[in-house]
This record gives sequence, C-alpha cells and structure tokens, in this order.
Amino acid sequence: MAKHETPLLDQLESGPWPSFVSDLKHQAEVRAKNEKGVEYQIPVDCVDDLLGVVELSYKHGRTHWKHGGIVGVFGYGGGVIGRYCDQPELFPGVEHFHTMRVNQPAGKYYKTSYLRELMDLWDFRGSGVTNMHGATGDIILLGTTTPQLEEVFHTLTHDMNQDLGGSGSNLRTPANCLGTSRCEYSCYDTSALCHFLTNEYQDELHRPAFPYKFKFKFDGCPNCCVASIARSDMSFIGTWRDDIKIDQDAVAKYVENDAAYPANAGAHKGKDWGAFDLEKEVLALCPTKCMKYENNKLTIDNANCTRCMHCINVMPRALKIGDDRGLSILVGAKAPILDGAQMGSLLVPFVKADADNDYEEITEVIENIWDWWMEEGKNRERLGELIMRQGFQKLLEVTGIEPQPQHVAYPRTNPYIFWKEDEVEGGWERDVDEYRKHHLR
Amino acid sequence: MAFISTGYNPDKPMENRITDIGPRDYNEFYPPVIAKNQGKWSHHEILEPGVLVHVAESGDEVYTVRVGGARLMSTSLINEICDIADKHCDGYVRFTTRNNVEFMVDSKDKLEPLKTELASRKFDGGSFKFPIGGTGAGVTNIVHTQGWIHCHTPATDASGTVKATMDALFSDFQDMRLPAQLRVSMACCLNMCGAVHCSDIAILGYHRKPPMLDHEYLDKVCEIPLAVSACPTAAIKPSKQTLADGTEVKSVAVKNERCMYCGNCYTMCPSMPLADTEGDGIVLMAGGKVSNRISDPKFSKVVVGFLPNEMPRWPSMTAAITRMVEAYASGANKYERLGDWAERIGWEKFFEVCELDFTHHLIDDFRQQAYMSWRQSTQFKF
Repeated sequence: MAKHETPLLDQLESGPWPSFVSDLKHQAEVRAKNEKGVEYQIPVDCVDDLLGVVELSYKHGRTHWKHGGIVGVFGYGGGVIGRYCDQPELFPGVEHFHTMRVNQPAGKYYKTSYLRELMDLWDFRGSGVTNMHGATGDIILLGTTTPQLEEVFHTLTHDMNQDLGGSGSNLRTPANCLGTSRCEYSCYDTSALCHFLTNEYQDELHRPAFPYKFKFKFDGCPNCCVASIARSDMSFIGTWRDDIKIDQDAVAKYVENDAAYPANAGAHKGKDWGAFDLEKEVLALCPTKCMKYENNKLTIDNANCTRCMHCINVMPRALKIGDDRGLSILVGAKAPILDGAQMGSLLVPFVKADADNDYEEITEVIENIWDWWMEEGKNRERLGELIMRQGFQKLLEVTGIEPQPQHVAYPRTNPYIFWKEDEVEGGWERDVDEYRKHHLR
Repeated sequence: MAFISTGYNPDKPMENRITDIGPRDYNEFYPPVIAKNQGKWSHHEILEPGVLVHVAESGDEVYTVRVGGARLMSTSLINEICDIADKHCDGYVRFTTRNNVEFMVDSKDKLEPLKTELASRKFDGGSFKFPIGGTGAGVTNIVHTQGWIHCHTPATDASGTVKATMDALFSDFQDMRLPAQLRVSMACCLNMCGAVHCSDIAILGYHRKPPMLDHEYLDKVCEIPLAVSACPTAAIKPSKQTLADGTEVKSVAVKNERCMYCGNCYTMCPSMPLADTEGDGIVLMAGGKVSNRISDPKFSKVVVGFLPNEMPRWPSMTAAITRMVEAYASGANKYERLGDWAERIGWEKFFEVCELDFTHHLIDDFRQQAYMSWRQSTQFKF
C-alpha cells in the first residue's frame, strides 16, 4: 500500500518507455518489504516520500527542494550537494536528501560485482535511488542524510578503491567517449587521457579554487559523441594529419551494393532510400569536394580534406582514419548562462596524445590557461567569457601559441586593430612641439 | 535503525583517511574481447535497431545490444541489469553518454537469448524496462537533468517531460527511418546542466517572472554584493527596505523589465526565488548539433517561445515535437541533420511545414548575438 496517493504521477506509468514512476514505486516496496534484511541507515520510507514530494510538484508546478546547504566530506569542497525538502513535515523521509557524485570509470564500463557492491552501499546508507549517469558523467547517488556522508566516503575509499567526483567551482569530473576501446574512428585512447588527467588534477577536482566550474571532455574523433565541443571549457577531439586510408576493393563493394557493405554502417536500414549512390551520397556531400571517383578508383585530395568524417562514416569498411594521429584542443564552450552559449574555439590544431611523457604538451596548455583564468577570471566567469572579455589574442599570449589561420573562420571584418606600443616603430610618446614646427595650430 | 559506523571517527577525521585516489581504473572493467582488441577495431555495422557488431582486425567480433532507460534508476533496477549481464555477458555492462545501457556478447549465438530476455522484462505499470533501440538514423535516449525529482531551480520536471516525449517518439527509438540521427535533449532550467543548446530538438524549462524578494531574510542569508554582481543585465541594485513592523533592513531592488529570468541571482541568494506555477514552462529549441560531420557544429534555435507546464504529460509540447519530427522525416535528404534541413529550406519554411507559430519572442534581442540573426538580404521566401 503506497504511503502517498500519486494520481498525476500514476499517469506516467503507461506507455512503452521505461517509467521512472514504476521504478520508484517498486523500489519503495522493496524497501518496505526488506527481504534482504538491510539495516537501513536512512528512513525506510524515503522513496515513498520522494514520490509524494514529486506528486506535490506536479500539483503545484513548482519544485519543493530548498536552495543550498553546505555539506560535504572533510577536506573536500566538491562531490556532495546538499539538498533539503521545503515540506519536511509532510515528507520527513526526504527532509535531508543530499546528492553524492561518484567519479565514474572512464568509458562507463562496469563489472557487475562492482556495481552490486555500490548498490548495496546505497541501499544501506542511502535512498536506493541513482542517476546513471549525471550529465557531466558521474554516477549520481541521490538522497542521503548528513551523518551518512563520511561513512559512504569511508566505504568508497577504503573498501572500493573509489573516489567522489567534482561539484562547485572546481574541475568537474572529466568524461570521455568510449574511444579506442570499441570504436575504429577513435584517434587516441580517450579513456587513458581522461583517467590520467582526472588523477593528475585530483586537487582541482575536490578543492574549489577556480572562479567557476571547469569541464574537460574527450572525443575520439570529430563525430563528437560526448559533445565536448559544445559543453566543455576544454575539449579534446581526436584527429589525424596524414591521408585517409582507402581500400579500393571495399569501395567497389559499396558501389556494387554488396549486402555486407551497407552504407553508413547500416544506420539507415529503417527506410528504403534506394540503391547506394557514391556520387550523390559521398562525393556531392563532401564539404570540400576533395574526392573523385574515376575509372573505378576513389581518390582524395587529402591536403584539402577537413576530416569531417562523413565519407568514413558512410563507408567504414573502405575508408579509415590516417595513421599520424593526435588531437585538437578547443576551449571556451558553455551553455547560455550567463552571456549566451559559446561553442569551443580551436586553440591547438594538433598535438600528439603521448602517454609516455605524461601528456606533457597537453598539461602545459591546461596549466597555462588555469593560471590566467584564476588570476583574471571574475567570480562565476567561465573561461569562454574571459576569452570574450580579454580577447583570443590574450589567450594565445598566455599559452604561448603562435597565431595561425586555423584559429579563425575568417579574418576580422573591422580594422580596429589594437597595436601594442612596442609593436609600433618609435613608440607612442612624441614631442608635440617638434610636430608643431611643421604643422601650424 | 541503529547507526552503524564504518570506523570513521569524527574526532580524528584524518586518521587512516584515504583521499584523492580518483575513479576505478577502467582497465579492470573491460570485457575480455574489448581488452584484447582495444585500439585494433576494423569496422562496425548496425545489424538492426539497437544491435551493433564491431569487428576487430583479429577477426574477433563483439555484439552490442543497446537499451534505453530512464536516467533515474533504482538500485533494484541496476541489480536486475547486473543479473542479465551476469547471465549473458560474463558480468560486464556499460552505459552510454546518453543514458543507454549496453550489453555486449562475444559471439552471435549469444545474441538472440539476450535480446529475448531484455525485450521480455516489463515494469508492473506496463512499460518496458529495457527497450532495444537508440542507434543510427533514429532517436536515441534523451539526456536530461533532475527537474522536480531533486533540483532547487527547475522550471519544469525532467523525468516526466522525458517520459512523455519518449513515449511519443518511441517508434523512432526502435526504428531507423529518419534522414539522420535525431538527438533530443532536456534541461529543466537555463543553467542547462544538460547542455541542450546544441541538440536537434531541445526541451528547456524556463521561468518568466523576475525574482520575488524575501526582504526580511535577504541580508541574513545572502551577500548583497554577490547578488548584485550576479545579474548579467545589471537589473539588481542594493536598497533599504522597511518591513511591516517598521524595521529598516538592507536588501536589494530589481528592475523587473531588465530581468531575463536566468536565476543566477537565486543561485547566489536563496531569498530571491523566481519559480511560479503560471510563469514557468517550456521553451522548445531546434536545429543544433555537435558533430563536425558535413557541416559545422551549431547551436539550437528557439522555435517555440513558451508552452505552459501541462502535468503530467505535457501534450502541447509532445505534439509540437512530433510535428517537427514528422516534417523532418518527410522533408530532409538522406544524411541531412534537422538543422541543416531547416537552413536549406529556410527557417520561414520550417515554421510553415512544422505548423509552428512565429512570434516576436523568436526575434533575438539579447546583446551582440542578436544582429547576426536578423536577415540582411532580400533572399527570403513568401
């Protein structure tokens, strides 16, 4: 028997898509029955009360979670988000209902033994409700009370070799696409770089010292499956700088419409688009028109290719990424808050992802940027906004990167160039009396 | 419910303390076929919606079954995922960036039993627990935020709007009939924890009323200079207020017509709440993408300025989204993303074919971005 009537939420149980309401109701029953005999450390009926408070929000059209609350684990400023219900008398089970962010393993692969251990911990000390995963990438454990925070942290670190993620004005938990682990397009091992930088910058992850949040995301190729280019202050996107490898026999199979060679790796199987047409579907859609198909032979003018991935995506058995692989670094992406949305801007066109030297060339760029942002950034100013305020040229200056045409989509359309004094012959200080000798007042 | 300690001693918090160890090493969690062939994959194919095969240079194959799921998951459900992974996948499983779950097997004969098992499991209310789909030229799972489940600033619910939308788009989750992939994303306020600003279709919770001022408490719980400087449009200034009992307190005043309801002041100062039943609702955006494929990544554009919160199923919202998807499905060329299609036919035609009203709210008037969006040519369509 449910503790609260939830007539509005009940309507979200129908329909084919997995219902979070059904899942929560089931979880409430599991806790009430407690067949495993768990010695629950927070109220048994917290999931019932969670359903109750959400139902009330559906009635009011407003949230019932209070703002703020500084809670955390000793020595960390990030990883825990305080949360309190604004109707504690109606829903005492969720009066204190804090979130813990657990740093997910790179690529989000799991062994079930690990997941079960984590779930047991969360049944015991938390609500038994999670987000798999949060938008930033963490495993989110939703809902526990203040006395449990240190206990959960203790178990995570002592028994599970597992740390919390980031929250607040610090480095947020880095996240990556699955990279070379299962993708032939990936130009570097995104998991290796993500894992390395996550560990390298634990201090920045757990102890807020930045003006605002800072996100790293790692995409193995320009298809950008983790959307790094749109939502990370520094985005690391795999690329290559030699030639796309062509298997002419496989190209012929695509042209012949061989069933084992479906266009776009079979992504369009739901509709009959007609026979595959290389001319129309690849050559004509190439943004630089750098491809030709003559005498049954495909050629690519690689010097004019911008590596958009379309041809490779369409014919993954015939075309492969080049061998001289690395990544591009783009900076400053963010959602609209506060000054409007920004896309990442290209800062480093190419750098090798070299694990042998601890990714030295990459960490140097990161640390130069942080030094500048921590010195100049205002409270709650994202890197992208600082770049807008002080200019891309300033960014090049602090990172010591030479300006190059790859940095712009097109050169400036206004001639209001700010020259530095030392860039102008003879400087800015002049003698007006000397000038007047030849120019009357 | 006796308190059970792990051995943590609050009087000596540093005793035996372990910190800054980072996440578990991903290498521990790779299924053997992944570990063996990592970095040596040859190609892949989507065999049917939700089912992929990746072929390694060694000839090894890994078959993946992708299933959608509500991002909000109970420990019971995750344990059930583990049961399936133990039975079919040697105890390995992974999650995707878009909150799908992927079950992998290393040979084709293990595929059908896994698919059958996944498709057969349902919640008591009747919905699928593990619907197979979300690949290729279709709709994948919606990335979303917390909403009324757990957040203090949302203008709408996240799990509910997503459930309603995915029910409406369910056939396109399990099919690949669209011209290209179609990414739907949801964020329950402008803060956009879900970063929906580059999605083919984005659902965005939005406030429309300036903050209320809790003068009696404001100076007690907020740093007034922080609240003032938090405002991107300089609509907040310090002020003195006289309470009903005659007490004079330090507080702030808001120039309401300058407010764009971003909620940044509320984040800095809990005495400035702005949530409101009628004021809050949904903005729909469309035409964004993050991939560099063919065309550059691009931002989503606002195509519906406001829809009221219609709990529990937001029918006006799902109807508008369905109209956009259907118009796109019938109008776009193969490989053409929704935003590329809208740009090719022109946004004036987009509103026509999607049967969406164009209002003055859709003309940008915010800072320098605005000018770039106005038409500076006579090349338009009637």
